[in-house]
Formats: sequence, structure tokens, C-alpha cells
Amino acid sequence: MAAGSVVEAMTGAMADDAAGAAQAAALEFSAIVQSHRPQIFRFLLASTRDVDLAETLTQECFLKAHRNWESFRGESTAMTWLMRIAINLQKDHWRNRRMQFWRHTQTNSVDLDEASDWLPSGESSIEQQLLAKERVKQVWQAVKGLSERQRTVFLLRYVEERELSEIAQATGLSEGTVKAHLSRALARVRVELGGKR
Amino acid sequence: MNFNRGNQSGTTPLADAENDPLLQQALRDFRSSVHAWGDSEVSRVRTAQDIRHRSWRVALGWALGCFLITGTVSGGFYQRHLHQVAAGVAAQRAAEHQRQLAQQQSGDEEDLLATVDSDVSREVPAAMEPLAQLMVDDETK
Repeated sequence: MAAGSVVEAMTGAMADDAAGAAQAAALEFSAIVQSHRPQIFRFLLASTRDVDLAETLTQECFLKAHRNWESFRGESTAMTWLMRIAINLQKDHWRNRRMQFWRHTQTNSVDLDEASDWLPSGESSIEQQLLAKERVKQVWQAVKGLSERQRTVFLLRYVEERELSEIAQATGLSEGTVKAHLSRALARVRVELGGKR
Repeated sequence: MNFNRGNQSGTTPLADAENDPLLQQALRDFRSSVHAWGDSEVSRVRTAQDIRHRSWRVALGWALGCFLITGTVSGGFYQRHLHQVAAGVAAQRAAEHQRQLAQQQSGDEEDLLATVDSDVSREVPAAMEPLAQLMVDDETK
């Protein structure tokens, strides 16, 4: 009887520990979602220019992250890991839409004018605001013409302000390739801005 | 292209681009703009109902579009069919009219020939009238 009660007590303690660990993991993941969701959403929004699609992909990203949270070993930051999931989801999304007709008709991407309407804060005069809007529109125009990889690398670097090593980890490319993509993307932006090639 | 190798001015293409003040300003503006847009949209509450309504609107739009296309195409086919039927009826009427004309024409010709026959048979020279009378008498007998 005494041995049985000891075993029961130990089993109960282990169950409590497991429940406690699961609860701690859930809380940790919840904190990750709270802190990283805006950045993931913003990156996907800039990549697709489609608010609904960005929202859907963000949710899928965190759902996938939640399912694989146990396998996250912390080799990179949580942000880099999440960004990698988001990039893959975005790739899969476009790859899975086999019929290009549907891709073009069903897309809800806002046009470049609308995307450029979001003016940087701190521009004092109307003239400065117009100039800033024009510059933003030109960059959007350049981004539109970039390849998928160039766009991803460009947005991660100049919108999300990620380090080259982080971009390399998130995209699965080498740092040299990331630099090459960035250089080409910047050349395109400069051409669009009217600068030298 | 080797991005680690410097160019003639001793800088890499990437560093050269990043030192361009116009480019830097444009990139700052772009970053601020995307951040403002993202912050605005991420804080907006989107309910499942909105998405459902949107999908209903899309479905309704497609259904209406399909209906219009089907209507236009089937209307075109129906018009074509009507034209074909009308052309058939007109051809049938024309043929009937032609047939009636031909029938009428042949009837007139037969009457004319009969009249000519009777007239020719009845008009004999006066000198042969007694002979013709005998032939009539024989026929009557």
C-alpha cells in the first residue's frame, strides 16, 4: 500500500511537471507571437501588397511555427526561424497557384499609387511630402520589377533591417549570394530613381 | 560578378550604392512608408465575417459574370438559329411559289393547246366541209 502510494505520488508529480512545461512552452510561444507578428505581417504585406493574403499567410506561418515549436532548437533567433517559414509559405503560395489566369484575376494587390500613399512621418512641408511620395513610388516600381529572391532579400535588408547573416539564414542562401541579390536590387532602384546604373 | 572585390574607386558595388545619399533617402522613405502601412493594417481588426462576405462577393461576381457570358453566347446561338429557321421557311415559300407558278403556266399552256387544237380541227376549208361532215357523222355512228 505504501509503495503504491509513493508511485502514485511520483506519477502525479511527473504529470504536473509535464503540464507545467507545456504551459510554459505555450506562454513562451504566445509571447513570440505577440512580439513578432507585426514584423512577419509587414514583410508579407510588402512582398505581396495584398492585405488579406498577408494576413492569411501570417496566420499560417504562426500555425506552422506552433506545430513545429518543439523542434525549434534555437540555432537561429526565433525571428529568423519565423521569417524562414514565412518565406517558404509565400513561395509555396505562388507555386501552388498553377493557373496563371487565376493568379492574375484573383490577386488583391493594391496598386503602386495606393501603396505609396503611406507617407513617412516627419515630413514637414507639402513639397517634402510630395517628393517623399514620389521617391517611395519609384522604389515600389523597382521592387515590382525584382525577381522573387531579389525582392525578398531587398525587403529583409531595407525594410526589416536584418543583418546579412540573418538574411542568409532566413533565405537559405550564402552571404555572397545575398550580397549579389542586394547589389542587383539596389542597381534597379537607382535606375528607377534616375541615378547611375 | 565578384562583390567582395573593390571597383576603381576602391569600394564594393554594394557599399558604393549604400553611400548614395539620394538612394539612402529613398530607402529611408520607403522603409518608413512600409512601416506606417504595416502598423496601420496590423492593428485593424479583421473578422471572419468580413472574409466570408468578401468571398461571397467574389463568388457572386463570378456567378454574375458567368451568367452574362452564358446569356450572351446562348443569345447569339438562338439568334443564329432563328435566322436559319427564317431562311428555311423563306426558301420553302419561294419553292412553293415557283412550283405554283410553273403549275399555273403549264395549265395555261395545256388550255391554249386544246383551244388551238379544237380551233384548227374545226376550221376546214369550205370545199372540204361535206367530207368533214361525213367524218362527224361516222364518229356519231
